[in-house]
Amino acid sequence: MLRFTIRRVIELVLVFFGVTFAIYAAVWALPGDPISSLGGDQPLSPQVVERIRELYHLNDPLWSQYFRYIGNLLTGDLGVDFRGRSVAERLATRWPVTIRLAVTAWIIQVVIGVGLGLLAGLRKNTWIDRGVLIMTILVASVPIFVMAVTAQLVFGVKLSLVPIAGVNDGWPLSYLLPATVLAIYGLAAVARLTRGSVVDTMSSDFVRALWAKGLTRRRVIGIHVLRNSSIPVLTYLAIDLGALLGGAVVTEGIFNLPGVGQLLFESIRVHEGPTVVGIATALILIFLLTSVVVDLLNSLLDPRIRHD
Amino acid sequence: MSDDVLRFEDLTVDFQVGGTTHRAVDKVSFAVRPGEVLAVVGESGSGKSVTSLAALGLLPPNASVGGRISFAGEDVLAMSRAELTALRGRRVAMIFQDPVGALDPVFSIGYQLIEMIRAHQPSLSRAEVRSRAIELLELVGIPEPEARLRYYPHQLSGGQCQRVMIAIAVACDPELLIADEPTTALDVTVQQEVLDVLLAMRSKISGSILIITHDMGVVADVADRVVVMRQGSVVETAEVHDLFDRPSQPYTKALLDAVPRSRGRDSTASGVDGGVVPALAIESLVVEYRGRRGKIVRAVDDVNLELKPGEITGLVGESGSGKSTIGKSVLGLAPITAGQVRVAGQPMTAGTSAVLREARSRIGVVFQNPTGSLNPRATIGQSIGEPLAVHRGVRGVELRGRVEELLESVELPSAWYGRYPHELSGGQRQRVSIARAISLDPALLIADEPTSALDVSVQATVLELFRSVQERFDFACLFISHDLAVVDQVSDRVAVMSGGRIVEQGDREAVLRAPQDPYTVRLLEAAPVPDPREQTRRRGLRLAG
Repeated sequence: MLRFTIRRVIELVLVFFGVTFAIYAAVWALPGDPISSLGGDQPLSPQVVERIRELYHLNDPLWSQYFRYIGNLLTGDLGVDFRGRSVAERLATRWPVTIRLAVTAWIIQVVIGVGLGLLAGLRKNTWIDRGVLIMTILVASVPIFVMAVTAQLVFGVKLSLVPIAGVNDGWPLSYLLPATVLAIYGLAAVARLTRGSVVDTMSSDFVRALWAKGLTRRRVIGIHVLRNSSIPVLTYLAIDLGALLGGAVVTEGIFNLPGVGQLLFESIRVHEGPTVVGIATALILIFLLTSVVVDLLNSLLDPRIRHD
Repeated sequence: MSDDVLRFEDLTVDFQVGGTTHRAVDKVSFAVRPGEVLAVVGESGSGKSVTSLAALGLLPPNASVGGRISFAGEDVLAMSRAELTALRGRRVAMIFQDPVGALDPVFSIGYQLIEMIRAHQPSLSRAEVRSRAIELLELVGIPEPEARLRYYPHQLSGGQCQRVMIAIAVACDPELLIADEPTTALDVTVQQEVLDVLLAMRSKISGSILIITHDMGVVADVADRVVVMRQGSVVETAEVHDLFDRPSQPYTKALLDAVPRSRGRDSTASGVDGGVVPALAIESLVVEYRGRRGKIVRAVDDVNLELKPGEITGLVGESGSGKSTIGKSVLGLAPITAGQVRVAGQPMTAGTSAVLREARSRIGVVFQNPTGSLNPRATIGQSIGEPLAVHRGVRGVELRGRVEELLESVELPSAWYGRYPHELSGGQRQRVSIARAISLDPALLIADEPTSALDVSVQATVLELFRSVQERFDFACLFISHDLAVVDQVSDRVAVMSGGRIVEQGDREAVLRAPQDPYTVRLLEAAPVPDPREQTRRRGLRLAG
């Protein structure tokens, strides 16, 4: 277990540096000069541009910029953007919105996706099973902006059940609609995965042996089948939470939620390098963290992994 | 008789598969009497397992059941789900073929044992349940039962898992214990221990045992009465001694005759003098694998073995003994750590790749699973002809002619050239594998468990073919098997492996009739023979000693 942990940590560190450097390089390689466009319609004088470039160490070689950035990062400093605002502070106001959105969407996926999958798996090859399959595929094949705008029209405008956009009504009311739209795209995968896992478990030898033991249906399914089927599903769900936290750009845009996704999109558009790299670094950390959580969860649920 | 424990009357089971109905069990009637061990014996597809699963209502939903099954006078087929749950485990318990797969991998064996006790005896206190669980593990011979409660199935061996399954099964003193091929997945020495535990349970629970098996040796070992099944029907029901002494049905007779026994094969290799280059010479062979955490596993440990031309050497051992690794290292499929393997004088560890390829083309191979080792998309003619085309450059009409000859030599019609493997039965596929193996007229044939995937009657015909082909083509053969009786039937010499070493080798008669090594003695005694009197005598000796 110790060997495994050490290897895992080394992997994490390598991945962290590799990916942050790649993003750092990619952002700086973007065409166009962000500094000269800072002035808008009035071009900045070459002296001012040169001054700013110096201030942000933009004339240094890439690797030295990168190591300076990482060095600051280790002291908790994400740097300032081209307007002199602290990147960390900007992120601090954005994260709560994104986290509320992602976690709400994730809970919807867990409850509805796992529920539907379980239902389909236990009623294999019935109309319920086929219905779940058709429904999830149909819903997931509608483009997200069509889905989002339709949802706004129906539930926000016509029925006036939920606010159309913005976060003025707070959690959960403001987040219900965007979270549902966001969740729908992972639902199909969660439901299919759960169904497959349940079907596999139900047909395994040990489940037949459990029936032969004379256990009740509630016990066989509620304890044994559920725990065995949950191992692959939980792995997926944990990775999915990471994806939801970083992947809500379109949803945040349409529903006008001031989250990290929106900030990321804006920053890329205006070549706001420090902010892009700051957000990317945070997202990488989230992904690495979820993968550690997945490993821990798996070894907690499956003794075969724990004793490996 | 009304006091029968379990009674099947005209039981039929039909499976719906893809719109067609397949009858697996056809009007089966027999009964289990109180306190007896009844063996249901038959080959694959005989319906024996399906019949036993029907008794507990455990058939899959695409099965429809007709006739009547009564347990202690109650109609099982008419029971509600709640009544079935009350019957299962409490009054009728069951153990299965694959003991590791029959335990839930993510719960400890203690949890699974305690769960069983609590489900049927809810009035017991936590401490009482725990001490009962420890008592049960002790009963089935699990060492340190208290500590073992925390173990998970993957931490136990197959034999220990089956003991745990037996402990779970007998936890609530069932009136009937159904054992579906309980020892098929286990090594013979472990099989013997598990059967001993199973029989000991009969006196403890004072119930009946219904054991399902394909092995006539196991039948002779444990049964009081026997039901012989074939293709979904009962062929014969008899007392065990009557069945073995005077089988009344031709099928039973054929089944008993098919069980491999020594037939005093003439030693063909005895005439060869010492000056000949051996077909296979293994000298101080060591094979090591790097296991988990860099731990080195020595699979083969200082093995010396020599095969003269035209001689069959049987290599026997239990799983993990290293017998298959030796076969692999001869074929260049296992890393040779130290020592030397020579095939017809050519060292397999040195030489250019062209020389080695030529040397390997002189070795034929037959694997255990003929379905897996034949390309499903190639006709059997293509599969047999491929080595000839690749190594000898034989093409066109000549190739076809040679393949047809080979098909005939394994007693398959040459017109089957264009058939695909899925159109053939398991035994026929193994004949194709043999034809392919001998297509290059090999000096040496490696046969790795060539008949263990086959039913016993099919095995008998394949073994017979194997011997006649060997006599005709006169190749040397390393015949790897876990089955002493099969080795006894085909080999000139026998080598016994245990823990990576050869513990004993010599002429067949010497090794199998007058074994010197204690492991060989144990192995020979553990393998059940199809003779109830002999098995009773052995059991008596074991219990006394």
